[in-house]
Amino acid sequence: MTQTAPIIDATNLDKFYGDFHALKDVNLTVHQGQKMVICGPSGSGKSTLIRCFNGLEWHNSGKLVIDGIEVHEHAKEIRELRQEVGMVFQQFNLFPHLTVLENLTIGPMKVRRIGQQEAEETARKYLDRVHIPEQANKYPSQLSGGQQQRVAIARSLCMETRIMLFDEPTSALDPEMINEVLDVMVELANTGMTMVVVTHEMGFARKVADTMVFMEDGRIVETSPPDQFFTNPSSERCRIFLDQILEH
Amino acid sequence: MSLTETPILKGQALPERPAIQRFFGSVSVSVAIYLAVIGLIAWGSYTGAQNMGYNWQWYRIPQYLYSFTDDGFQPGELLIGLGATLQLSITAFVLASVLGLLVALLRLSGLVIGSAVAVGFLEFIRNIPLLVLLYLFYYVLGPIFGLDRYTASILTLAVFHSALISEILRAGINAVAQGQWEAAKSIGMTTSQTYRYIILPQSVRFMLPPMTGEVVHLIKSSAIVSVIAVAELTTFGRNIISDTYMSFEIWFTVAIVYMVVTLILSIGVTYLERRYDVDQ
Repeated sequence: MTQTAPIIDATNLDKFYGDFHALKDVNLTVHQGQKMVICGPSGSGKSTLIRCFNGLEWHNSGKLVIDGIEVHEHAKEIRELRQEVGMVFQQFNLFPHLTVLENLTIGPMKVRRIGQQEAEETARKYLDRVHIPEQANKYPSQLSGGQQQRVAIARSLCMETRIMLFDEPTSALDPEMINEVLDVMVELANTGMTMVVVTHEMGFARKVADTMVFMEDGRIVETSPPDQFFTNPSSERCRIFLDQILEH
Repeated sequence: MSLTETPILKGQALPERPAIQRFFGSVSVSVAIYLAVIGLIAWGSYTGAQNMGYNWQWYRIPQYLYSFTDDGFQPGELLIGLGATLQLSITAFVLASVLGLLVALLRLSGLVIGSAVAVGFLEFIRNIPLLVLLYLFYYVLGPIFGLDRYTASILTLAVFHSALISEILRAGINAVAQGQWEAAKSIGMTTSQTYRYIILPQSVRFMLPPMTGEVVHLIKSSAIVSVIAVAELTTFGRNIISDTYMSFEIWFTVAIVYMVVTLILSIGVTYLERRYDVDQ
């Protein structure tokens, strides 16, 4: 692993929702090109953590530096940051009133002020990358779940992001559509994209991840390379969790 | 009465409904009852008016709607009045929408002062009668700011309806899924870009039905400005009556003119809604 400055550097992050302590003293670094998979039981703070990485949630204390920008609620650079950091949601969150092509071009055109023609060329390039070039003129509701999620990935890529965050990207999909999305993510990983993925798809994690993170109860319990993580996890809780999700 | 006492098996016919339900449930009987009730009301009014010695002069009504001269079609006073009513209503509606959007955004802004101002405005407007608001604008603000009666009427209607419209807009904006905000933020959009390109276009679908109701309400409540003698449909109706004493015929006609306009509006929007549904 390269030892350049980390692209995501979280130090002693704490996050509260009212009285609920969602993140407890979280320390995490991600380097350029790294593929990190975060897993853990529901309510353990995985989603909250990666939502902090592009300013959808704000930490209450600690320090979070992403790509040289210190993230906090009043940071002026937060919009620039969001253009660098793409997010793929569990529920896709495509814009239902726009066609697939418009979903992909609206960000570049309105936020990056790129001309329509250039934006459409980029959009078609990324639609090719996610293997659905023929769906450009359809509306999201006309696509299957797997196709919608691939459009969502392409929408983030169109912003020429340097980091991609995935928040349980396959949890809302029918089983037969999970692989088409994971395949696209594996291909994306092979291009050298920096990825932080919250998922329970351990097959994907084995194939792609270079770092596994296990969270429980708002804390990072274990951080280790996948071969060690899957065969010999150092914490008992992590071993029990893996047994539960790998049983079938 | 319970139909579930014996389980209905697949392929078995449902038990027939009791005769009395079948009788009153059938279309022809319903229509007959409806016509009978309407007929009774019409006959009652007619005989009542006869007993008063009222002299019906329906034949004199069309000239107030329209006439044909050598120059062709000429709108009558009532149609000119309708034109004035529509102009008044449309101007007031446009103003009310702009003001309503501002109030809604203020309320949704998350700023404590913003939502306090918005709520204060809403409660003030919603809790005074429209007629009193009109008097405030015409007799109090009018002399202070030099408003003529037409401007005062438009402002009254606009301010009154902006309060109702802002609530419709707010509900429509809130009806768009939270995930849309997050998706728009995550590609770096500003709040105003998100409203303009993502949220408002999607809220239209939720706003269309209540907004139509609001336009209909506005057209009807515009009749109130006749109390300060602004030239519009109701005022024209009153003027004709003071010339001709045909109060029954003119008020019936005025009522029907309002009804035709608002019905056309409702039907048009139902059609629009269907088109929006297909697009989604």
